Amino acid sequence: MPDLSVNFAGIKSPNPFWLASGPPANCGEQVMRAFDAGWGGAVWKTLGEPIINVCSRYSSVDLNGQRMMGLNNIELISDRPLAVNLREIAEVKRRYPKHAVIASLMVESKRESWQEIVKQSEDAGADGLELNFGCPHGMSERGMGSAVGQVPEYTQMITEWVREIARTPVLVKLTPNISDIRVAARAARRGGAHGVSAINTINSITGIDLDTLRPRPDVGGLSSHGGYCGPAVKPIALNMVQQIGADADARQPVSGIGGVSSWRDAAEFILLGCGTVQVCTAAMHYGFRIVEDLADGLDNWMREKGFATLEDFRGLSLPKVVEWKNLDLNFKVVARIHEDKCIGCDLCYTACRDGAHQCIHLDRGKRPDASRITTTPIPKLDGPMADNRVTPLHRIPRVDEAECVGCNLCALVCPVENCITMDRVENGLAFQSWEQRNI
Amino acid sequence: MADLANPEIARRFPDLHPAFAHQEAAVEANRCLYCFDAPCTVACPTHIDVPRFIRKLASENFRGSALTILDANLLGASCSRVCPVEVLCEGACVMHRYNRAPIEIGRLQRFALDVFHASGDTELPSLPSGARQLRVACVGSGPASLSCAGELARRGHKVTVFEARPLAGGLNTYGVAEYKLNAEAALREVEFIQSLGVEIRCNEEIDSARFTQFAAEYDAVFLGLGLGKMEQLGIPGEDLHGVVDALRFIAEYKTGERLSAPGRVVVVGAGNTAVDAASAARRLGANDVSMLYRRTVAEMSAFEFEYEHAKHEGVEFRWLAKPLRIAGQAGRVTGLECVRVDTGDEFTIPCEMVIPAIGQSRGRALLESAQGSLKIFAGGDLTNGGREVVDAVADGKRAALAIHAQFGETHA
Repeated sequence: MPDLSVNFAGIKSPNPFWLASGPPANCGEQVMRAFDAGWGGAVWKTLGEPIINVCSRYSSVDLNGQRMMGLNNIELISDRPLAVNLREIAEVKRRYPKHAVIASLMVESKRESWQEIVKQSEDAGADGLELNFGCPHGMSERGMGSAVGQVPEYTQMITEWVREIARTPVLVKLTPNISDIRVAARAARRGGAHGVSAINTINSITGIDLDTLRPRPDVGGLSSHGGYCGPAVKPIALNMVQQIGADADARQPVSGIGGVSSWRDAAEFILLGCGTVQVCTAAMHYGFRIVEDLADGLDNWMREKGFATLEDFRGLSLPKVVEWKNLDLNFKVVARIHEDKCIGCDLCYTACRDGAHQCIHLDRGKRPDASRITTTPIPKLDGPMADNRVTPLHRIPRVDEAECVGCNLCALVCPVENCITMDRVENGLAFQSWEQRNI
Repeated sequence: MADLANPEIARRFPDLHPAFAHQEAAVEANRCLYCFDAPCTVACPTHIDVPRFIRKLASENFRGSALTILDANLLGASCSRVCPVEVLCEGACVMHRYNRAPIEIGRLQRFALDVFHASGDTELPSLPSGARQLRVACVGSGPASLSCAGELARRGHKVTVFEARPLAGGLNTYGVAEYKLNAEAALREVEFIQSLGVEIRCNEEIDSARFTQFAAEYDAVFLGLGLGKMEQLGIPGEDLHGVVDALRFIAEYKTGERLSAPGRVVVVGAGNTAVDAASAARRLGANDVSMLYRRTVAEMSAFEFEYEHAKHEGVEFRWLAKPLRIAGQAGRVTGLECVRVDTGDEFTIPCEMVIPAIGQSRGRALLESAQGSLKIFAGGDLTNGGREVVDAVADGKRAALAIHAQFGETHA
């Protein structure tokens, strides 16, 4: 049975699944129920000077009937009294000593303020600290959150203040709202962070109501940019995690965040080097119970792959991401359409013709005469109906393999699994990259 | 016109395929693959660009979606309800080859046009008009004539539709099973055609004498008369009280004249209209409804899904049997005497009503009285032998385009 336990930057937890700092980790009652459901850790909703929130706070992007592909929020840090949060952290730790409770912190950029809240959090029993330099909305206007994360010198300075007195591991939560995540990660490391959490939410306006012309979320007719998260941001998060892991000066333990909804997402973040993953949107969408599939699915996948611990596969995909100049220019694949699976939608034909390289053709059979009159087939008048279960040859496209550039587009648009495969073509040419060609 | 909607009939004949709610339509629309040269569009006799209208529906471009449908088929609303989509667009859907249910094109089309009609903005974009305005008469006001008239009116021609009955719409109003298309929806579509500038004159039957005057009044005539009277069984007892042909039976309940059926009913014939009549008899209160057919299930002309539907309604089938005589007492039907065509055994089915549904005669009287100088076009059941509403619409549109091209676009 694979072992899912982790020791992440000195913080131990029974599994790598942590609730990210956000609404699901707002109070002790929630966090304890989450631990009962199977979560290994929780990063508490950010502590700081209590704030006042607005109403409403969330908006989302749906895609083709699928709800909440992306979620946006304009909620600030915890609006509960600090003392209440600290008391509940202490209670959770007393009841769940083996689970990880990390205090997310955000206060004004003064040494005394930071050191005071660090002391209080650790006294309450927090296993670690997460410095919230990431929130892109609201708090950033007051010089906190991403306003800190966007300036490497501030990131380093505050991390140093915290490290001066911290007795527990210090994580820095990075904002993606910058041009190069490595710069921020390097600053955190220079400041003495034990690791980083990446990514925080992305600046966003999710949409505008076309009846009222009001952007969402609607706060009395006005709105404000928020932080974007959920499945839609995963590719951006994966890239940033890889950027940190591949940079010699930025490299450090990473707690991966951004659209993790299933064990597959978790496995991908770990394969790019993450030690733990943090989840918020999926828990907001489906509740704490989703952790069951996260743990069970990862466990089954590890068993199938023969991995005994998370360390056995952590970072294995990292070296497989290289700069473009190091890719093999002589590697060749072509699209092959498996006609026994083709249903004749011909989306690949349209996609290749309009969106790619015009190498898929519809010339395999005689097309019906477009000028003929179609009538409703009446058995009495017209005889038995044609069988529609077999795709007629004229609707099965042909790939001109000599012209195919192997771009994948046809296979991506094809609705039928394994109908179009990208097959390796042996051309006998040795590996040659752009870098090598330029020597 | 709205007083046609009898609450009792509405209660007994709820929609067989209920309207989509907004979210349901969105989910279904998003299932559409958006095929290239889509087979559904090819299969449609009016060639509605199905992926295009569904795409627009998915993006909530409701007016664009409706106009895409109406551009190909002005009677898209009734077609969406009455079309045998199983053998047309939905039957051609590529999803069948993927072990998945086809896209519910009919219900999506109904949704698009229901939204369109409810929006209050049913104005269509103008089309280029002809070099001269033609005067065209359409005889009959069924789908073929309405389609022809509407297409001509959109191109600036002056069209008058003549209808012998009190209400326009032909079989859409009087002959389609109420759970597919109710008379109210049919008449809404008639009003839509009128809004395009078509004049409809009801209660005006065109006989040969009147027809001869058309040459002086019109540049062209479209005959959309449909088929003739229903065929009689040709057996003794057909004049008894309780013998009602299928189309009359259907028209009577649709117009609220008939609100019930007796306990035992026999329908003779096994076509789609026979199924409609048998199902209606069940819904109007008949406990025992059987359909009598002289051949076997393999030869029945009703669509497979109509046969299944009839069984669900509780209709019994008696194959290989034909009627010999309608028995009666005191002028009323008491039973149908029949014979098995394979064994020769005779038997009697006790019943209070017999509904002959063995097809309609061809009525070509007007065609034969045509005058030399008048340009005559025809379509729909009259010329195609009795097909579907959508085939009639396609015929009417083709005739309109031909009239416009031959006489409207060239200078006389």
